[in-house]
Amino acid sequence: MDATAQAASVQRLSFVRQPDSWLVRLFDYKPFLVAICMLPTAGLLLVFLTYPLGLGIWLAFTDATIGNPGEFVGLDNFISLWDDPVFWLSVFNTFVYTFVTTIIKFALGLWLALLLNHHIPFKAFIRAIVLLPFIVPTVLSAIAWWWIFSPQFSIVSYVLVDRLGWLDHYINFLGTPWAARWSLIVANVWRGIPFIAITLLAGLQTIPPSLYEAALLDGASGWQRFRRITVPLLMPILSVVLTLSVLFTFTDFQLVYAITRGGPFNSTHLMATLAFQRAIPGSQLGEGAAIAVAMIPFLVAATLVTYFGLGRRKWQQGEAND
Amino acid sequence: MSDAQGTDALKTLAAIEAEIGTSTSDPPEQLSWDSQLRRTVTVYVPLAIFVLVLLFPFYWMVITAIKPDDEMYDYAKYSPFWVHSPTLHNIKVLLFDTAYPHWLMITMSVAIASTILSIFASVLAAYAIARLRFRGDRNVGLLIYFAYMVPPSILFIPLASVVYQLGLYDNPVALILTYPTFLIPFCTWLLIGYFKSIPYELEECALIDGASRLQILWRITLPLAVPGLISAGIFAFTLSWNEFIYALAFIQSSENKTVPVAILTELVTGDVYQWGSLMAGSLLGSIPVALFYSFFVEYYVSSLTGAVKE
Repeated sequence: MDATAQAASVQRLSFVRQPDSWLVRLFDYKPFLVAICMLPTAGLLLVFLTYPLGLGIWLAFTDATIGNPGEFVGLDNFISLWDDPVFWLSVFNTFVYTFVTTIIKFALGLWLALLLNHHIPFKAFIRAIVLLPFIVPTVLSAIAWWWIFSPQFSIVSYVLVDRLGWLDHYINFLGTPWAARWSLIVANVWRGIPFIAITLLAGLQTIPPSLYEAALLDGASGWQRFRRITVPLLMPILSVVLTLSVLFTFTDFQLVYAITRGGPFNSTHLMATLAFQRAIPGSQLGEGAAIAVAMIPFLVAATLVTYFGLGRRKWQQGEAND
Repeated sequence: MSDAQGTDALKTLAAIEAEIGTSTSDPPEQLSWDSQLRRTVTVYVPLAIFVLVLLFPFYWMVITAIKPDDEMYDYAKYSPFWVHSPTLHNIKVLLFDTAYPHWLMITMSVAIASTILSIFASVLAAYAIARLRFRGDRNVGLLIYFAYMVPPSILFIPLASVVYQLGLYDNPVALILTYPTFLIPFCTWLLIGYFKSIPYELEECALIDGASRLQILWRITLPLAVPGLISAGIFAFTLSWNEFIYALAFIQSSENKTVPVAILTELVTGDVYQWGSLMAGSLLGSIPVALFYSFFVEYYVSSLTGAVKE
């Protein structure tokens, strides 16, 4: 009797579910559900990422301006860039900027990560404030750097000249090409250290302490422990962070635009700022797009070198290549 | 690659928890045999220098923002490192004589709208990739990772053209629609990790009990993924608040600009820079994200490290 009641209630339950079942069934039909779930992402990314990426390559071969689609002009944009000293200077600057800042950022970032990995009081608090330069809008901190690099009222010049007496004149930070380049490098390093330090710190914390104990018992020196344990075990995360850092430094725009706008005399333009300069204020979309497209091979190469160069070592260490 | 995502996200969380709590993952104390002096020289002094250098620009920003003009440009009479008679004049000028409050509102609404849009799209996409197990889900995940690697500085020129064609030039809606191009890949990647860390058995039980897939997502998976949602949300908000190049390229009229662009293009006028208002503007524009950050430090750190360790 009990069983029949149960059966009846089950039947009634399924009967109750009948009216909306076509909708329920549609939403439980996997291909439909997958399509629905992927729709917003696919739509946004196709319209605002994939299509523009292709359009950018097309624009590089046209003489488009803002509001005018332009006509196909073949390699004209690239040919005129080839003879353009400002373009080559921007390529040179981009490489110097990426190379120098990456080396300094990783050296200092790794050092900071190692320091933060010690037992220190207020560790969580220190880690939190260390990340501040990464959190604050880049342009806004760049404006603070611009003020620090002021030719007349620079606090750095003031300390060096009036307080310490090491120099006899204020430094013209942004007035000459090399001074301006180094100023930008300093600002970029300052902005980049926290990200590298915090991510490498996370990597350091996954290294088992027992390895260090074993090495210590075997009489390994501090340098040997760093070289033989820390570096190899940090390599996987290092390669990812390095790839991202190179990618974002190579395509940097904000710092340069905020601090020098490419000056003095176009000597600190990066490829990204030059592309902007030509495309938006200069309204030569085609030429700007050609500069942006010229960045792509470098980007792909840099990504492959940093990722696979270090990734292969990860494999050599006998780790899973996940 | 994607299989390891979940466990790695867990590992990251575990590492962070361990660090807050008992610091079990640090080298144990007996390893640091150094004397106190040596430790001071090798650890505390460099660390103090790092912290000083990393914080100095902010200190300089704050101190300049509250300095009266006569102190700001007279280093001989007043030490530049301190304020002798602090003033709110610069901030007052900024709030009442410029459109700054309006720019703040624009920035805030663009950041909130694009964050909501991105989180909505990312949750669905991440759920499909992590849980629905369709053919090619790994490739879709990989494509989204590649989308994250496409830098805005090579996209903004054709995007400007697209925005123009859509009739959205000089309209903040253009920013709301284009910011997801870098927010969605990041958030999706982060959420896939969180979804994979949730035991699949929970969903199977619900399936057996007759729940539909969307009910499962809404009632079971999402509540368990709240930490991931918070991480993705605050990160998306910060990224859109800080965004610069799209806002610079797509917005022309003063009243539609976001804070970072407006400070650089509207407050910098002529050859004489009003450093006081510039610093006050930078300070006020940094405060919302800094506040946000101070409440959610651990989420920031976990999403930062989680996103790198996929």
